[in-house]
Amino acid sequence: MSQLQVKVAAIDDVSAGVRHFTLVDAHGGELPAFSGGSHIVVTMPAPGRTYRNAYSLLSSPENRAHYEIAVHRQPQSRGGSIYMHEQVKVGSVLDISYPVNLFALSRVAKHHLLIAGGIGITPFMAQIHDLERLGGDYSLHYGFRSREHAAFADALKARVSQRAVCYDESLGQRMDFEALLRAQPLGTHVYACGPQGMVEALVSTARGLGWPEHHIHSEQFLAPPVGEPFTLKLSKSELEITVQGDMSMLEAMEAAGVDAPSLCRGGACGRCELEVLGTDGELQHHDHYLSDADKASGRKIMPCVSRAKCGYLELNL
Amino acid sequence: MSLAFKQETFRDDYTFRNSPEAIRRFPFPFPEDQYMYSVNIEPHTAGPKGAVTEFTLDVDEHYVAECRDKAITLEQDPGRCASLPHMMDAEWDFLEFTMESLARDYPEQFNLSKNGKEWTWVNRPLGLEQSFVFGDAATLPMGPFEYMGRQVQGDFVLLDQREDTLFADAGIVTSQADWSLAFNVGMSWHEWHGPVPQVTKLGVMDRALKFLMSLQQANPVRRLNWTMTINPRLDTSPENYPLWGGDRNKVNEQNAGELAHLRVELQTLFRMPRSNAIVFSIRCYLISMEEMATYPRWAKRFHRVLRDLHPDLVEYKGITKYQQAVVAWLSRFDDGADIGIGTQPE
Repeated sequence: MSQLQVKVAAIDDVSAGVRHFTLVDAHGGELPAFSGGSHIVVTMPAPGRTYRNAYSLLSSPENRAHYEIAVHRQPQSRGGSIYMHEQVKVGSVLDISYPVNLFALSRVAKHHLLIAGGIGITPFMAQIHDLERLGGDYSLHYGFRSREHAAFADALKARVSQRAVCYDESLGQRMDFEALLRAQPLGTHVYACGPQGMVEALVSTARGLGWPEHHIHSEQFLAPPVGEPFTLKLSKSELEITVQGDMSMLEAMEAAGVDAPSLCRGGACGRCELEVLGTDGELQHHDHYLSDADKASGRKIMPCVSRAKCGYLELNL
Repeated sequence: MSLAFKQETFRDDYTFRNSPEAIRRFPFPFPEDQYMYSVNIEPHTAGPKGAVTEFTLDVDEHYVAECRDKAITLEQDPGRCASLPHMMDAEWDFLEFTMESLARDYPEQFNLSKNGKEWTWVNRPLGLEQSFVFGDAATLPMGPFEYMGRQVQGDFVLLDQREDTLFADAGIVTSQADWSLAFNVGMSWHEWHGPVPQVTKLGVMDRALKFLMSLQQANPVRRLNWTMTINPRLDTSPENYPLWGGDRNKVNEQNAGELAHLRVELQTLFRMPRSNAIVFSIRCYLISMEEMATYPRWAKRFHRVLRDLHPDLVEYKGITKYQQAVVAWLSRFDDGADIGIGTQPE
């Protein structure tokens, strides 16, 4: 896959635990345009292992002079967000993927209802640029724990105060999903990005109200959960690889030099899907891609975030 | 690179011919003696030198004549270019993509200069110069998609990605192998592939769709498809069936070498940046059986492929009426020798 090389031009702390990075082309050129909702995968060459995390682009998609991302320092980080906070300085050079959009605005929607929780505001920062440029009808609802966690809230107020409603949980302000969804005109698409509990509640409320499945959009990038070590057998490559407890199967395969397909690395896109040939234990699915039936069949797995509690797992690769 | 553009026609007197160089670079699609439909998608990497895949978009000796033929078809039937209103970002993506590719890869023929959003485009083979404001369609003589769609060989469909599938929401289609843009515009992936035989049971279309949904910028892909056409006609549309359908009854063992053409489609797919749309390019290459037989290895291979083609595919590709005549014409080149794997000529 083609990659881009960028240099960190600026680092700012925008709210508690959230760092904002401004990235420019390392060779002084323009960066590719993108569509609001896109993310990039940042490669972090830490000593001993390489992390690759997806971050939404929050800058204007029309601005090809730089990209902006915001990284929330995860309390239970396996190392990626800590690397971004502690190792990456102004002037650091990073490899990133081209922008990929798994959270695109529907171009046939009559109205867009954007629901953000905490750091989940980032893809919407870019999307509202597109909506303003295209004259799209939208409203943004942004919830955060307190003022000190309200990344970009002031910028939003300044830019699109008519369209944005903020909810400060510390003041007892909460979104009422059911009331919000019931009030929308026919043809509305709803987009949710934020903590897992918030996204799941929004999606299940919309489904419960009979919203069409294709009008409900959500994005969550999952970090691979920590588990127990096991042996991965690759039938075509005739390899056996140990997957450590704090590594994903995908990372273990890459570290062993196996050319495994991948894209978002967060259980969303489906690109890394592999066929399970056998195991002496049980699969632990964590992705948002496979259907419940696929998960139950035990024949497929997404090695970017899922793993197994077993002695060995054999894949058709 | 200097290119000599031929004066030739793809209708009426059919003066289209391939030069020896054009035959040599023909994208012959059969590596084996047997053909069965498959996904056969590979990265659209540039090269090798001289091949039809040397550059992002291929401009060859037929460029001027093909653009002229496209203009005739569009004049007779403006409905061959259609774009739904939500595709305007994709139209500008397409304009930028084609202008930048052509100017970069064929600097003697094309030039693009930018001053912020004020752009000037020069197309020397067609004698065009146009200054316009990027993003402002009123500064172009027609929509950005049609404007550049007329200046590149081949057909183009813009695919909008939503609802877990791809919708063919814009197209400029003047050299299609018997399918209709007016009929297909707005259709989803599985709708427009519905008629393809032998693929549902193979799961081919589901896998191809999944693959394309995660197509990335800067990582285009391609595949070859093929059919046959009688006379070197680009516009074999269902709308104009009365103009070409009857030619299929005129083929016999004596004239097949001249009349029957292998029609290869170089299909390429590119992810666009602003719209997240996919550009689906279908570039048609024609070669007569006589031209093909200047490389007997190709004639042997195609003889075997056509002779043993699955009856469902013979029917789907519309070859039924003249299959036997072409097989008989080609048989003189086939001594039955094993020619190994690979698409290369001698």
